[in-house]
Amino acid sequence: MEAVSVITGIAAPLKRSNVDTDQIIPAVFLKRVTKTGFEDALFSGWRQDPEFVLNQPAFAGAKVLVAGPDFGTGSSREHAVWALRDYGFAAVLSSRFGDIFRGNSGKQGLLAAQLTEADIESIWAAIDAEPGREITVDLLSKTVSVGSLTVPFDIDDYTRWRLLEGLDDIGLTLRSEAEITDFESRRQSWRPKTLPVK
Amino acid sequence: MSETRGLTLAEKVWNDHLVVKGEDGAPDLLYIDLHLVHEVTSPQAFDGLRQAGRPVRRPDLTIATEDHNTPTLGINKPIADLTSRTQIDTLRGNAKEFGVRLHSLGDVEQGIVHVVGPQLGLTMPGITVVCGDSHTSTHGAFGAMAFGIGTSEVEHVLATQTLPLKAFKTMAITVEGALRPGVTAKDIILAVIAKIGTGGGQGYVLEYRGSAIRSLSMEGRMTVCNMSIEAGARAGMVAPDQITYDYLEGRPHAPAGADWDDAVAYWNTLQTDDDAVFDAEVFLDADTLEPFVTWGTNPGQGVSLSENVPDPSTIIDANDRANAERALEYMALTANTPMKEIAVDAVFMGSCTNSRIEDLRAFASVIKGQKKADNVRVMVVPGSARVRIEAEAEGIDKIVEEFGAEWRFAGCSMCLGMNPDQLAPGERCASTSNRNFEGRQGKGGRTHLVSPLVAAATAIRGTLSSPWDLEQAPELATTDELATTAPKAV
Ligand code: SF4
Repeated sequence: MEAVSVITGIAAPLKRSNVDTDQIIPAVFLKRVTKTGFEDALFSGWRQDPEFVLNQPAFAGAKVLVAGPDFGTGSSREHAVWALRDYGFAAVLSSRFGDIFRGNSGKQGLLAAQLTEADIESIWAAIDAEPGREITVDLLSKTVSVGSLTVPFDIDDYTRWRLLEGLDDIGLTLRSEAEITDFESRRQSWRPKTLPVK
Repeated sequence: MSETRGLTLAEKVWNDHLVVKGEDGAPDLLYIDLHLVHEVTSPQAFDGLRQAGRPVRRPDLTIATEDHNTPTLGINKPIADLTSRTQIDTLRGNAKEFGVRLHSLGDVEQGIVHVVGPQLGLTMPGITVVCGDSHTSTHGAFGAMAFGIGTSEVEHVLATQTLPLKAFKTMAITVEGALRPGVTAKDIILAVIAKIGTGGGQGYVLEYRGSAIRSLSMEGRMTVCNMSIEAGARAGMVAPDQITYDYLEGRPHAPAGADWDDAVAYWNTLQTDDDAVFDAEVFLDADTLEPFVTWGTNPGQGVSLSENVPDPSTIIDANDRANAERALEYMALTANTPMKEIAVDAVFMGSCTNSRIEDLRAFASVIKGQKKADNVRVMVVPGSARVRIEAEAEGIDKIVEEFGAEWRFAGCSMCLGMNPDQLAPGERCASTSNRNFEGRQGKGGRTHLVSPLVAAATAIRGTLSSPWDLEQAPELATTDELATTAPKAV
């Protein structure tokens, strides 16, 4: 997982509340057997609509999604984060996130930044004034800036540290490599082994 | 956990797998002794490893089998359903690429992952077992700490052979007394779930204790532990004893020689200490237990077979009442109907709850020499290819076919209907599986969870029945007789 510190890119406004994980990625896509390549599945129910924000040329290549409240509620599917990440998003801003979605994001390098509803609206207004403009999400200072506007966001310290260090769950555990190896050296010989095949 | 008091079985196993003790509320890092893999929850885990350039840390502690999607007829033909075929082909590719042992369809060790582990002697007391499948709790029957995990955790275990985990609470479920003939492990666990509810075990590891549990065979203990998850628990355990050792000794991967002696010496220390304290305790009387059957759409909605469909209007809790009303509507049942008057369209004998050799023997002992009811289709699906072979050696396949039932190849089958074995909308089934959720066995299908003995009697009479309702009550084998020659693969 790559470390995250300062994200600068086009911000796409998603002016809807309660976007649950079924809307982020419908269940039919869960049959796939890969962990990447879900960019086509993102918001697939809305992508047919030419007016949908991600279909507007100004927001092509967007890196930051500025969403309404209660983003990522509903089913716990990790695919929701994969789809956002595969599409190219590095950060999602909202005034409230589904708990499991927020947890999954932190584990997979997607920055879920919580702002006040008023600040989200100010950012939307700034984007409306100049669609396609760049925004900066700074994890070091925990701020979002667009033009002359700079507002703070919230993220728990542990998740912030992991994102800054680029540690996924496995990377985190592998910091205890010495302890794991030591444990293995003490593992009794009667314990199960699947190989060789008997 | 204070220093002064004794430890429970679960705490002992946990402590013996601590790689790093979590501080300041961080989770403990636990070592995993055995990782079971199947085709549904593993593809993305392997893909994650591939992307990160990580190997499987311990292929020698990992084993895979194909079960959820496999057909139970025509197993030599290509799998028709594209999703099923893709999942299986993906597992085959991944197993090869990462050096993981795989038992594919057609292989003598193929079967439901929770049947294969114990049968090979890989599941043993005092170990940690995980699998991307909630019914991993089955393996707790051996005194192992065994629980289901999600796909990202599967990747984690493949990469590190460890899992960060927060300690579970412990609950003792004590079942004292002697089961009457015809009452089985399945009836115990259905009664437990009806008693504590589908959320009653949440956050707990259950330890099943008491004389009724001690007298169960390993197959029976696996049935009980299998359904711990249906009470919301993470895992279920039974302390190991001579029955455990007798089942294990001589199996292909069981310890041998000096290792066996060391292992038994250690396993004997795993009993919960007399002065240990459980976070919660539940008691159940085995003497009065009757065959149990579900009427609703969760495993907690069950009654004794001799009772009636409950009347929701008598349920005080508004939530439970609404749930019961909805369940009766889905199940197309009328309150106060005697359970025994409910006619079924199908009987499914199989699943990781009840598809081991002893379950098949129990089923066969009831149907032997009889004919199935005309309008009922009956499917018998052994839990593994090995169980199928063993059953055929005993003539069980013939008994099943003469009865008019279908004798199938091993797999999960109609337990969840990911393969073509499904109920049609509106069909009603007496099933030895573990979940009676809406649509679980096929869209619109209606499931009553039962024991193998009840499944057999129901297949004969066409209505939910126990063996005692048959004109000629069969001679039921005793638990000992059913268990004596459990197959030990070569
Ligand atoms: S038999 Fe049913 S419950 Fe058991 S592993 Fe297969 S699908 Fe899951």
